[in-house]
Amino acid sequence: MGKIKIVIPCNEANHVCDKTQYKNATLWEKIKLNIHLLYCRACREYTKNNTKLTKAITKSHVTCLDKTAKEKMKEDLNKAIKEQAH
Amino acid sequence: MSNHKLNPNKWIDLYSDYLFNYTISRVSDREVAQDLVQDTFLAGLKSMGNFKGEASERTWLISILKRKIIDYYRKINSNKGKAEVRMSYNDTENEGDWLEERVADPFDKTAEDQIQNTELGDAIYNCLDKLPQKQAEVFKMKTIQGFETEVICNELNITPSNLWVIIHRARTAMANCLKENWF
Repeated sequence: MGKIKIVIPCNEANHVCDKTQYKNATLWEKIKLNIHLLYCRACREYTKNNTKLTKAITKSHVTCLDKTAKEKMKEDLNKAIKEQAH
Repeated sequence: MSNHKLNPNKWIDLYSDYLFNYTISRVSDREVAQDLVQDTFLAGLKSMGNFKGEASERTWLISILKRKIIDYYRKINSNKGKAEVRMSYNDTENEGDWLEERVADPFDKTAEDQIQNTELGDAIYNCLDKLPQKQAEVFKMKTIQGFETEVICNELNITPSNLWVIIHRARTAMANCLKENWF
């Protein structure tokens, strides 16, 4: 059996942590992240804040305009800008 | 004298999401909110001459938007109160109560929560505003609109590793920005 990499560096740990926030991380990646967090205080801190950010955004129900709506707005506003220039 | 200048060509890219989110947390109807934001930009364009440059562009637009929201509520309220409904009761105990009084108000309990969430939403957008435009765009697409990585990469013509670097920077900045008041 080949060597399985269990220890990952901080930048990789943070990357997995970012992916976890979007449920994009695999189980194996999450296991490696959690092993890393056992001994790395800096990454624990990052993970903590990152998770809080995700929670805050979910809780606040922030939303934004979709692309078509924005384009429509741009069109209308540009028309108005041109009219005003005359 | 004036420190701030208006540039209507950039308004939609820079402020439409912020204004939209501000509106929707106050009127809770996407279509209405969209119309109000649109009205705000057009009104802003018309009254550009009144802008003195004392406030930032965004603050100035928000002040217009606030008036639009108030106008909207005035308009829908003027349609109310034209009819009163009385209910007849079988028991004399409750006699004379208005129907309106008996309507349960499911929002009451959570009113405070809602106010807090509205404020949190405003705070999130204030922090987003401090990010470089590209970072904010990617962050919004991924986090708020919930697009898949592939979709964003195709749309913006970047590689997945580009995307994750941008997301990482944005998340670090956002967490730092929100940390003081909200975490």
